[in-house]
Amino acid sequence: MTADRFKKVLGGLPTHAVLIGLCLIWLIPTIGLLVTSLRPFQDINQSGWWTALSPPRGAEEYSQTCGSCHGSDGKAIATADLTDAELITKYSRSIKLLAMLKQEVEGQPHLEDAPMPDQQRAADIADYLKRISGIEARPRFTLSNYVDAMMGYRGRTTYAQDCATGEQALDLTCTASDLLNPRGMGRAFLNSLLVAIPCTILPILFAAFAGYAFSWLHFRGRMWLFALLVGLQIVPLQMTLIPISRVYAQLGLNGTFVGIWLFHTGFGLPYAIYLMRNFLGSLPRDLFESAYLDGASHWTAFWRLALPLSVPAIASLAIFQFLWIWNDLLVALVFLGGQKPVLTYQISNMVSSLGAGWHLLTAAAFLSMALPMIVFFSLQRYFVRGMLAGAVKG
Amino acid sequence: MTTKDYRVPTIMKQGKVAPWLYVGPALLIMAGIIVYPAFNTFLLSFKNADATQSAATACVAGESCWGVLENFRYALTSPIMLSAFRNNLLWMILMVGGTVGMGLLIAVLTDRVKYEALAKALIFMPMAISFVGAGIIWKFVYTYGTGQVQIGMLNAIITSLGAEPVSWLSEPAINNFALIIVGVWMWTGFCMTILSASLKSVPTEILEAARVDGATEWRVFWKIMVPIIMPTIAVVVTTMVINVLKIFDIVYVMTGGNFGTEVIANRMYGEMYVSHQSGRSAAIAVVLILLTIPFMIWNVRRFREQEAIR
Repeated sequence: MTADRFKKVLGGLPTHAVLIGLCLIWLIPTIGLLVTSLRPFQDINQSGWWTALSPPRGAEEYSQTCGSCHGSDGKAIATADLTDAELITKYSRSIKLLAMLKQEVEGQPHLEDAPMPDQQRAADIADYLKRISGIEARPRFTLSNYVDAMMGYRGRTTYAQDCATGEQALDLTCTASDLLNPRGMGRAFLNSLLVAIPCTILPILFAAFAGYAFSWLHFRGRMWLFALLVGLQIVPLQMTLIPISRVYAQLGLNGTFVGIWLFHTGFGLPYAIYLMRNFLGSLPRDLFESAYLDGASHWTAFWRLALPLSVPAIASLAIFQFLWIWNDLLVALVFLGGQKPVLTYQISNMVSSLGAGWHLLTAAAFLSMALPMIVFFSLQRYFVRGMLAGAVKG
Repeated sequence: MTTKDYRVPTIMKQGKVAPWLYVGPALLIMAGIIVYPAFNTFLLSFKNADATQSAATACVAGESCWGVLENFRYALTSPIMLSAFRNNLLWMILMVGGTVGMGLLIAVLTDRVKYEALAKALIFMPMAISFVGAGIIWKFVYTYGTGQVQIGMLNAIITSLGAEPVSWLSEPAINNFALIIVGVWMWTGFCMTILSASLKSVPTEILEAARVDGATEWRVFWKIMVPIIMPTIAVVVTTMVINVLKIFDIVYVMTGGNFGTEVIANRMYGEMYVSHQSGRSAAIAVVLILLTIPFMIWNVRRFREQEAIR
C-alpha cells in the first residue's frame, strides 16, 4: 500500500516539475518588470533585478578592505567615523579615495599589509560609503518611478527631488496639474478611459437595440440582413484604416475622441450584435408574448425585460470589448497619435524616444497592465468566456 | 443546425417603421466604418501615392511595371515585402506550433494536478495585458549590456554560464525567434483554455478502458485524446494563423521592423503613415485580407458549429 502510494507520488513528479517550471517561466518575466519598477533608478542599471534583496553595491568590498579596522558599521574608529557625511564628501570619488588610502596614517601605511583596491573596487567602496554616510542613502524599493511616469518626468533625478530643489522642467509645475502633463502616464490613463468606456458602452447599446430587433421585431429581410452582419465579422480592421483616416482628415476627425469612438463602435458591432441576438433570441417566447398581451410596447419590453435579462451576456461582452480597446495600439496610433496619447501609445513612444530609461518604462508598463490584471483576476470567469468567444472576430 | 422557431409572435408585429429605428443606427455605423472603407481600400490599391491618379503613373521607364497593378508588384515582389512574407511564414510555423503544442501540453498536465486553476490562471494572464506591455516585459528580459553588468535576465544567465552576451533583438539570425517567443508567451493561454475544455469532454470510460487494456499514457494521448479533440485543434490552429498573419504590435514596439524583423502588418502601417504611400499600403492590406479570409470563413463556420454542439 505505502509502496504503491510512494510509486504514484514518484510517477507524478515529472508532471509537477514540468508544470511548475512552465508556470515559473510564464511568471518570472512579469515579476522582473514589477521588481524593477519599484527599485531606485540608480540601482536598475547597476545590477539585475534578482539582486534587489542582496547587499548593496560595495558592501562586500568594504568589509574585505575596510571592515576589519572601521567595523561593519563604519563607526569603530571615533576619529574617522565613516558615517560622517562631512568626512565622506571629501572622498566621494574613487580617485580621491585611492589617493587618501595611499597616504600614511600615524607613520603607518593606511591599509597596513592589505592590498590596495583597484579602481573598480575603490569606486564600489566609495559608493557604499556614500550610502552609509547618508549622502546618497536610498531605499531598496521606492514608488518614485511611478510618480515620475505618471507626471511625465524626463530628467536625470526624480520628480520629487527636482521639485524640492525647484529645478523642474518648464512643462512641470509641481502641483497636481502635472498629472495632466501630456507626456505623462496620468494623462494617458485618463485618455485610455475616455476611449475605452464610450467604446464599450456605445457598441453594446446599439447592438442591444439591433439584437432585440433581430430576435423580437418583424421586418422584411430580417434573416439575410443578420447573416450579412455576421459575415462582417471576418473583415479585419487593417482593411479599413486607410480610407477612414483619409475621410477623417477631410472631416477634421483625426486626433479626436469622436473619430476613435466611431471606429471602435463600428468594429465592435458585428460581433456584439451576433452575441446579443443569440442571447435575446434564446429567451422564452412566452415571456415576451405575455408582456405584449399586458399592453407593453417595444420600448418598455426592451428596457424593462430584454436588457435586464441580458446582463450576463453584456458582462462578458463588455469585459472583452473594454480590454480589447484598452490594449489596442494600432487604432490609437492611427486615429489619435500624439494628440490624445493613450497608454499604449505613450509607452511605445517612450521606447523609441528614451532608449534605456528602464525605471520609467517598467513603471509605465505596469501602470498600463494594472487595470487589465485586476479585471482578469476578479472577473476571471466572464473574462475567459468573453475572450474565447471574441477571439475569432476580425 | 437549429430547430428553434425564429418567427416573431403575431402580437409583437407592431409598426413598420419601429424595427428600422432599432437596427438603423447600428447599420449606418457599420456601413460607414466597415463596408464602405473596405471597398474603398480595393479602389485605393489601384491608385498612386496620394490617390489622385492610376497606380500605373508611378512606373519608372526601363524598370519592370505591372501597369495599374503596380502597387501589387511592390506588395508581392519588393525585397522588403519578400522579407516580410518570409518572416510571417516563420512566425506562422513557430508561433502556431508553439502556442498549440505548449497549450496542449499544459492542458494535459494541468488535468492531473490539484492546483489546476492556479496554473491555468498564470498561463492565461498574459492574454489580459497589451502587446505593448508584453513587449516591454520581454525587451527587459532581452536587454543587452555593453559593460560588465548584464541587467537583462537572459544575458545574465548565459554570461554566468561563461558565454558571451548576445544582442537578442538586433542579431538578424536570432531576433525573429526572440520576438516569436513573446507571441507564444502571450497566446499559449488562449490555446490551453480551449484545448483543456475540449480534453475534459473526452469520455473517461474510453480512457479507462484503454488503460485497463495496458495502453501507456503516451499511446492514450496520441491514439485516443488527440483524434477525439482534432476538430478543436483545427479551430485553434486557424484562429492562431489569422492572429499571426495580422501580428503588428510586438514587432512595432520591440524592433520597429528593423534588423530584418519586418512583417506584413507593420509594413502596411509604415507605407501609409511613415512613407505616405496610400496606394502601396492599400495593396498590402488587400494582400493581407486575401491571405486571411479563407481561414476566417472556415474558422467562423467551424467555431459556430462547435458552440452549437457545446
